[in-house]
Amino acid sequence: MTASQVISHIDDFPPNTRKVVEVNGRSVVVFRVEDEFYALLNRCPHEGAELCKGRLGGLVVSSEPGEYDMTQENQFLRCPWHGWEFDIKTGQSYCDPRKTRTPRYDVAVKSGGALQEGPYKAEPIKVSLDDLYVVVHC
Amino acid sequence: MQLPFAGAIDCDTHPAAPSIKSLLPYMTPYWRTQLVERSLHTVNFTFTSAKPNVPLSRRADWRAPLEEDANIVPTLRQELLDPFQLRFAICNVLHGSIALFHQDMAAAIISAVNDWTRDHLLASDPRLRASILVSPTDPAHAVSEIERLGEDKRFVQILLPVMGELPLGRRIYWPIFEAAQRLQLPICIHAGSLHRMATTGGGWPSHFVEDYIAQSAAFENVLVSLLAEGVFRKFDRLTFVLAESGVSWYPALLWRNDRMWRATRREVPWIERVPHEIINERVRLTLQPFDGPEDAAAMKRLIDHFDSDRVILFSTDYPHAHFDGLNALPDGLSDALIQRIAIDNPAETYTRLALAPQPAGASA
Repeated sequence: MTASQVISHIDDFPPNTRKVVEVNGRSVVVFRVEDEFYALLNRCPHEGAELCKGRLGGLVVSSEPGEYDMTQENQFLRCPWHGWEFDIKTGQSYCDPRKTRTPRYDVAVKSGGALQEGPYKAEPIKVSLDDLYVVVHC
Repeated sequence: MQLPFAGAIDCDTHPAAPSIKSLLPYMTPYWRTQLVERSLHTVNFTFTSAKPNVPLSRRADWRAPLEEDANIVPTLRQELLDPFQLRFAICNVLHGSIALFHQDMAAAIISAVNDWTRDHLLASDPRLRASILVSPTDPAHAVSEIERLGEDKRFVQILLPVMGELPLGRRIYWPIFEAAQRLQLPICIHAGSLHRMATTGGGWPSHFVEDYIAQSAAFENVLVSLLAEGVFRKFDRLTFVLAESGVSWYPALLWRNDRMWRATRREVPWIERVPHEIINERVRLTLQPFDGPEDAAAMKRLIDHFDSDRVILFSTDYPHAHFDGLNALPDGLSDALIQRIAIDNPAETYTRLALAPQPAGASA
């Protein structure tokens, strides 16, 4: 069963930060990269490390030995324990995308007015009609 | 067990190395004179670990005393080619000249060994094929030897020792790999050391047994080096044959590479796929010596771990003492796998085998 939960007033979630929240009984790590939001289960599928403690960075690729190209800036999360890389857009690991993945969740920015209409869980955050909020569906 | 059919391809055969006396005609007047003046014509340039009186270096019933080099091929026929009913035997003439510090002297002797191999092995029996001997310490000479001899399709690969001065994946060796790939010659990395450094990572061992067993660790190191340095990526059509490696260490190294790659991929981003897939495509291992379990069921489990039936190439490692009689195959291999190991895998690895004149009576 899924739930939608308001996790933050947008002003309390500055660009290029992350928050760990409890949604529907799960620990979820939410990233804000500039104005994009991403949410993953806060648990590495390998040995269970808390992914919120990992470093967010780019993906290095190479056209030939000795060439290093940094791509997809701030789109890959490295697990703090063994360095496995996860795409924060999909939750898939880079090395084994099919079998090694962590669940990802939808994140949206909604106005307080829109939140009045849906079955959103907002406590303990106080929602004002005209402000913007970050909502995780989980 | 014995080979169940005729026509196998022996991918690691060691004819006796020629005496310096046999090599002198292939040298320039300067080196002909120098080797005699320095009394080096009486030295046989065998590696310490390969001297005839060293344990396991030859089987008691093999290699009749060679009074002269002219007996080398007749002895090979009698002890190897005929009894095993081989279609081809690939000769790896191991020669200590590759360890010399004097580059010009080394080059003179190495080139002479290759000339002798052509004139006295390849020309003497159509079942014989050979490696081009080169030294990793002189890549420029190695390239010139590959280019000088590579047009002769009876030379089917390049021979390098597993332990040199640097791990073989390093870029200083890439000109050798470039030339080999260009001429469609696999690189054979053979057990052995130039003894520039200790044969174990922890220092010099005391006994031959330690030196023997350390070889498989050296092969592991070299394979990791080739992978990490990006050699498989840079030279994407080059095959590496590991000769006399012991073989059974291989699956565990695949697992270890796969595990480490997930954590350290950022350091070596040219490795774009799970390492065991790359290695299984590009690396081959000669069969003997085979460090496997004696019981057939355990052998089957071991072979399953290879995750490929393309990796192993039949070899006797003649004249080293690894098995008795004609029992060159470990027990527990399936008929289909024996067919792959003894015939199909060597033929696919050494495409040149089909390009040179074929032995009489051999079917295609």
